[in-house]
Amino acid sequence: MHPAPSVILFSTLSGLGFGFLAFLGWGAPTPSGWVAFFLWALGYGLAVGGLLASTFHLGNPKNALKAFSQWRTSWLSREAWASVASLLSLSPVALSDIFGLGLPRLVGQVGGVLALLTVFTTAMIYTQIKAVPRWHHWLTPVMFLGFAVAGGALLSGHAWAPVLLLAVGAVLWAVWRVGDGAFARAGQTMGTATGLDRLGVPSVFDPAHTAGNYLKREMIFVVGRKHAAKLRMLALVLASALPALVLILPLGGAGIALAGLMHLAGALAARWLFFAEAEHVVGLYYGARG
Amino acid sequence: MTALPHSTAKKLGLVIDLDTCVGCQACVTACKGWNDAGIGLSDQDPYGADPSGTFLNRVHSYQVTVPDAPAQVVTFPRSCLHCDDAPCVTVCPTGASYKRAEDGIVLVNEDACIGCGLCAWACPYGAREMDAAQGVMKKCTLCVDRIYNETLPEEDREPACVRTCPTNARHFGDLADPDSKVSQLVAARGGYDLMPDMGTKPTNKYLPPRAKGPGTASPLAPLLDIKATGIAGWLDRMLGKI
Amino acid sequence: MNQPRVETQREVGDEVRQTTCYMCACRCGINVHMKSGKVAYIEGNRDHPINKGVLCAKGASGIMQVTAPSRLSAPLRRVGPRGSGAFEVISWEEALSTAVSWMKPLRETAPEKLAFFTGRDQSQSLTGWWAQNFGTPNYAAHGGFCSVNMAAGGIYTIGGAFWEFGQPDWERTKLFVMFGVAEDHDSNPIKIGIGKLKARGARVISVNPVRTGYSAVADDWIGITPGTDGLLILSLIHCLLEAGKVDLDYLAQWTNAPLLVNEAEGAEKGLFVKNAESQPFVIDRRSGHPAPWDGKGVQPDLGAEWQGNRTVFRHMAEEYLTPEYAPEAVASRCGVTPSRIRALAAELAEVAFDQAITLDQPWTDFRGNEHADMPGRPVSFHAMRGISAHSNGFQTARALHLLQIILGSLETPGGYRLKPPYPKPIEAHPTPHFVTTPGKPLTGPHLGYVRSPDDLCLLPDGSPARIDKAFSWENPFSAHGLMHMVIPNAHAGDPYRIDTLFLYMANMSWNSSMNSTRVMEMLTEQKDGEYVIPRIIYSDAYASEMVAYADLILPDTTYLERHDCISLLDRPISEPDAAGDAIRWPVLEPDREVRCFQSVLLDLGARLGLPGMVNEDGSPKFKDYADYIVNHQRRPGVGPLMGFRGNGEAQGRGAPNPEQMERYIENGAFYQAHVPAEASFFKPWNAAYQDWAVKLGLYESPQPYLFNIWSEPLRRFQLAAEGFGPRQPPDHLRDRLKQAMHPLPIWYAPFGDEDAAFGYPVHALTQRPMDHYHSWGSQNAWLRQIKGHNYLYLPTKIWEVQGFAEGDWARVSSRAGTIVVPVAHMAALNENTVWTWNAIGKRKGAWALDEGAPEATTGFLLNHLISELLPDRNGVRLSNSDPVTGQAAWFDQRVRVERVAAEDHVRGTVEPMFEKLPDPPREGGGPIRNGGQNSSKNFAESLRKLLRLPEGTR
Ligand SMILES: Nc1nc2c(c(=O)[nH]1)N[C@H]1C(S)=C(S)[C@@H](COP(=O)(O)OP(=O)(O)OC[C@H]3O[C@@H](n4cnc5c(=O)[nH]c(N)nc54)[C@H](O)[C@@H]3O)O[C@H]1N2
Ligand SMILES: Nc1nc2c(c(=O)[nH]1)N[C@H]1C(S)=C(S)[C@@H](COP(=O)(O)OP(=O)(O)OC[C@H]3O[C@@H](n4cnc5c(=O)[nH]c(N)nc54)[C@H](O)[C@@H]3O)O[C@H]1N2
Ligand code: SF4
Ligand code: SF4
Ligand code: SF4
Ligand code: SF4
Ligand code: SF4
Ligand SMILES: [Mo]
Repeated sequence: MHPAPSVILFSTLSGLGFGFLAFLGWGAPTPSGWVAFFLWALGYGLAVGGLLASTFHLGNPKNALKAFSQWRTSWLSREAWASVASLLSLSPVALSDIFGLGLPRLVGQVGGVLALLTVFTTAMIYTQIKAVPRWHHWLTPVMFLGFAVAGGALLSGHAWAPVLLLAVGAVLWAVWRVGDGAFARAGQTMGTATGLDRLGVPSVFDPAHTAGNYLKREMIFVVGRKHAAKLRMLALVLASALPALVLILPLGGAGIALAGLMHLAGALAARWLFFAEAEHVVGLYYGARG
Repeated sequence: MTALPHSTAKKLGLVIDLDTCVGCQACVTACKGWNDAGIGLSDQDPYGADPSGTFLNRVHSYQVTVPDAPAQVVTFPRSCLHCDDAPCVTVCPTGASYKRAEDGIVLVNEDACIGCGLCAWACPYGAREMDAAQGVMKKCTLCVDRIYNETLPEEDREPACVRTCPTNARHFGDLADPDSKVSQLVAARGGYDLMPDMGTKPTNKYLPPRAKGPGTASPLAPLLDIKATGIAGWLDRMLGKI
Repeated sequence: MNQPRVETQREVGDEVRQTTCYMCACRCGINVHMKSGKVAYIEGNRDHPINKGVLCAKGASGIMQVTAPSRLSAPLRRVGPRGSGAFEVISWEEALSTAVSWMKPLRETAPEKLAFFTGRDQSQSLTGWWAQNFGTPNYAAHGGFCSVNMAAGGIYTIGGAFWEFGQPDWERTKLFVMFGVAEDHDSNPIKIGIGKLKARGARVISVNPVRTGYSAVADDWIGITPGTDGLLILSLIHCLLEAGKVDLDYLAQWTNAPLLVNEAEGAEKGLFVKNAESQPFVIDRRSGHPAPWDGKGVQPDLGAEWQGNRTVFRHMAEEYLTPEYAPEAVASRCGVTPSRIRALAAELAEVAFDQAITLDQPWTDFRGNEHADMPGRPVSFHAMRGISAHSNGFQTARALHLLQIILGSLETPGGYRLKPPYPKPIEAHPTPHFVTTPGKPLTGPHLGYVRSPDDLCLLPDGSPARIDKAFSWENPFSAHGLMHMVIPNAHAGDPYRIDTLFLYMANMSWNSSMNSTRVMEMLTEQKDGEYVIPRIIYSDAYASEMVAYADLILPDTTYLERHDCISLLDRPISEPDAAGDAIRWPVLEPDREVRCFQSVLLDLGARLGLPGMVNEDGSPKFKDYADYIVNHQRRPGVGPLMGFRGNGEAQGRGAPNPEQMERYIENGAFYQAHVPAEASFFKPWNAAYQDWAVKLGLYESPQPYLFNIWSEPLRRFQLAAEGFGPRQPPDHLRDRLKQAMHPLPIWYAPFGDEDAAFGYPVHALTQRPMDHYHSWGSQNAWLRQIKGHNYLYLPTKIWEVQGFAEGDWARVSSRAGTIVVPVAHMAALNENTVWTWNAIGKRKGAWALDEGAPEATTGFLLNHLISELLPDRNGVRLSNSDPVTGQAAWFDQRVRVERVAAEDHVRGTVEPMFEKLPDPPREGGGPIRNGGQNSSKNFAESLRKLLRLPEGTR
């Protein structure tokens, strides 16, 4: 799949944002005053910024409000609801934190759950797509949630953050392990895509069209193997190992900031790979010469 | 809207005969022409170095290596299959993508589409193309603006691609009706689904190429041994037959 | 939620205008839906006899042909060096007076110095007539480089041909065999026909080195080695004769098989034995005595020997029963196993004889014999350039007709059927005319059918009278001229120099020439400060590669903007059951300074005072082409269109009817005259057909004839080559004439095969893509997205031996040149053959395409490899053509293929690469209107810019 910057930014930033908001809502930490303002603003900024980025992916954003209509069937619609619900439901807690209003934490905890639910709905947008076997696996939501939770913990300065970061690394590794075989396991080949497996082994003879089209741009993106392997290493080190290490070092707030930036960079790399490495079955129609 | 209808009264769709399709691409440009005049299908950089455009129907060409026989070439038209369990519909956040209860046609309501592209991701068959100029999703409409169009003569109320196909490799009809011409073709010729494991339950069916190879006529026997009898003997034998 | 309301009652347009498609010579009927005066949608006309409603990819995208930015927009005069593409816009008055000032002196002094050649001209009866009245012998259309072998091979043998002159009996045939057909002019009818066979489950076999398109859907594929079809066919004939599976009755009645061949040494040897009335005769089996060939009740004896003279049938048997035609003997050469050949022969025999059909339709033959029904042999064939574009194509086409003849399937139910005006024996065709007199027209048409050396177009000194050397000893039966030799001969001054080359719709500096690189040089070479070909006038509708090489451009309209006429005098749109003709008319008004070429031609004719084009007072006789179409009479009562003549009811013959054009438009732009049921088969011999044809004006008197298994015209040339007769060929051509002009169909190795010995072992072919028409498709925004560049397809053997991999490029060389091109693997391909799609490659800057267009960067032509001349033989270089007809031998080409490593050649740029051409419609030919996009798209585009981000953000 085409690794569109808007979608990568969106899912990474909003994942991190909602993860952090979940921690804030839950009350771990429970800042107050200007610090609260700053932290809540960071959480909201990441989450909303991500969501805004996602609208750049829309061909026709003027209809965006309609995206709330299909919550019964569509994960994207559910995501819209969940994000709005969590952002709204957390706002009293944020105000309470900033202005010391002492709202019961339970409100924040509900909001926190909603924030994670938002991340889950985002993940499900991808997970549900059978046509992309690499995504169509329970590890996808685990990974998205993992990033949200670890990222949130990191920004919250949570003691468990290093462990969670390492766990994300493990999940990433698992995602790649499982993902690399997913396409083959899904069992779709040019033969099943065309039904010509009845006759023999098909391959592309003449291209259906030599010009570009949406499908070729959007669904058929090939990353070089070597390139991917390097990026995976980078993602693993930046998103998981290094920030975990930095957090262990006694660097205080600066450590969190440094670890956070590293983690974000790693997460972006991982997310780029998440798209770039995802093979859509439609590629089968175009063969390698597509 | 993106909930799929429990069942549809009809299942209108296409049956494409791969034994007959010569890959002429007529259905591709007829579709482009009809729909360009209707919903608009834009082209970017049409005369430039990197042209690109929206088409609702594409014709591929494959070669198939076959055991113990010469390789074959099969041309393969690909458009929306109007699936029963259309994943492109259920993923749509706006309800723009929907399947009609009356005839099973899967459509995009462009007035509601936000151009998120998710439906195209969900479709295993590459049947949807986002129009780069309009920013909304385009797909085969099964020529819904022809098949019910009373401004057209009755015989023309069929999809543009079917009407133009010179070899008659494309057939249009109701696949829910076992007596329809299309259903009977599917039954007689072993019509099949593309990627059935994707669980989409396509309405459109493909008829496989028939078996190929030399004929079965029994070998010709020489009239007589010409070497022995010479041409004269052959002539006698030959003309004696009149 | 409710389903949204869908607009299902959309009105396509406000008006439908019916006219005729133009993107190939198939000439389908189209319905042009107009909306507010613009074209909204084009679809097939269901009532049209040719396409019955369907359209091909080109026809269905015709709208993009009339909006293409490459359309020329005004007359142009060259201002820079020739080939540079620098032009200035001039007025029509200036353009026409310039042309007249060039042509008039030529007509008055040496009319042959004007050479007028037209490409795939659909108005040859006008252009030929114009040239005839100008008085130049130098006129022909594209047939010589196209498929004259098909035409001539057929007409000399059966009085009709493949190509679009006939078609299989699609309704009844049970076995259909194609030789070398990728697309053909009968494009939609063949597709409709194949569809019918498939629906009926009838069998289709394709003989073709490449398995694509029709060959891909065929039930069986024979991947023959190029150039060997004749041998395969004669081997099939061998097998059928050997087994006695021939239709003796058919041979005896309808062919010259029972005629006697003169055996006496001398000038008559090999000609038919004639009686006192100079008529050939047969031996009647009932009496054993000579009897007239056309006598009622005569039963010709096929095996007769009379006074030492044997029948054609006996000669035939002796020729083809020899072991050299046995499957075992031809197999390796043809690349087909003996058992496949025998199996095919068996299959043909089984369907022809064991599955014979009968049509319950009484009829009477020309001898007066009555037949109770019409027996049919439901085997049919079709063949095209795979056979004809070889230097042995004429004889191969003849061989295939012979195969049909011995099976008794031609013109019988289930077999191959001819379309009016065919059948038509050579006797009913004119002979070529060429004698020039300054200021006077030729005494007859240029093109015709030569019967003997007497008919050759030779000057008193024996040199060719025509610039293309048509109808000379080099190519005696060149019935369509040799378009591919015009520029090389004019450049070489061989046989003489010309002054003005007048071309119409032929892309001669690119895909339509052999050796395009060299042709470009020929067009620009100077001698003593003047171009070797001093003046070039060209009419094109688009900014093709050829435009840059003309001195004066007469821009044509597009097909929706003009009148046109598809005439029985030319290449009509008949069906076996009906004669048909058609028109085009301006469904759109041109929005540029362009004019219908035919009207321009008539205007030039009037300015030049050409007979038939001016009134007695010297004023123009015809206002425009439409006026000519309606009012011109070729013979009294016979004009370009057969329908609605006289008072509107007359058909075929009748006075001009001023309402005729309107009546055609009302009738869907075509007219059909139906063949009566009793006349529908056995047409060459069917009295009812002959009478009908006379009534319609196809001939002046009935023209029954016998199929020519043995060809006397051919034999007369052999005799000349053997030294008989007053007109003698040059010595260097004697052997080749003796071989090629064999009176029975034979096979000899194509001339190109000699290159194998020089290190060029591989056959190189082109095929027409179904979605492009020669060079025109690239300017069509839809079609160019489908095929914007091409690969050279390599067979598995070459692919593997040289270790090719995907994305590789190869250097392909021949005796004439080298190209470096992208390659791809194809498994379903003859193992000694490579091929590519024809004419996808474009010159940089042509066709109003961006200079980075894939057509120009990775698209390529094979033409640079194909020499227009054969290698030097004793100081003589003959044209790379069939020795009988002059047909360009495109498919004789032999090459060598070598992988080029990425280090040695930058991927993405083919070789040779030529300088970019400026874009005449934009730079020289006035402003370009709206970018070729319709306004709704422009609106959408601006709306999009208002509403959202620039493209590429997704
Ligand atoms: N779409 C489209 N239609 C066209 C045209 C076009 O450009 N595009 N052009 C029109 C014109 S001008 C013409 S002349 C006709 C030509 O119509 P065709 O003759 O059908 O066209 P070609 O592509 O030249 O096809 C030649 C075929 O012969 C095969 N062949 C080559 N050598 C041999 C051989 O030795 N033996 C056998 N058995 N096969 C061989 C090639 O593989 C190819 O399939 O098409 C007309 N129709
Ligand atoms: N390698 C290779 N070369 C081949 C062949 C092959 O098989 N292989 N085939 C040969 C054959 S059979 C043929 S027939 C030739 C085709 O030869 P051409 O007929 O020369 O080919 P086109 O490219 O169609 O060029 C015709 C020109 O007509 C112009 N034109 C189009 N429409 C109009 C119009 O309405 N009016 C006017 N005035 N001009 C118009 C086009 O712009 C183009 O420049 O190519 C030959 N060349
Ligand atoms: S129009 Fe018919 S024959 Fe041509 S590509 Fe389409 S389906 Fe195949
Ligand atoms: S083919 Fe694709 S777009 Fe069409 S209904 Fe099925 S899933 Fe949806
Ligand atoms: S692109 Fe349009 S139709 Fe497709 S899912 Fe998004 S909103 Fe729905
Ligand atoms: S049914 Fe209509 S929209 Fe669908 S592919 Fe055919 S022509 Fe195109
Ligand atoms: S075959 Fe195609 S291009 Fe040729 S006349 Fe017919 S529709 Fe037009
Ligand atoms: Mo041609």
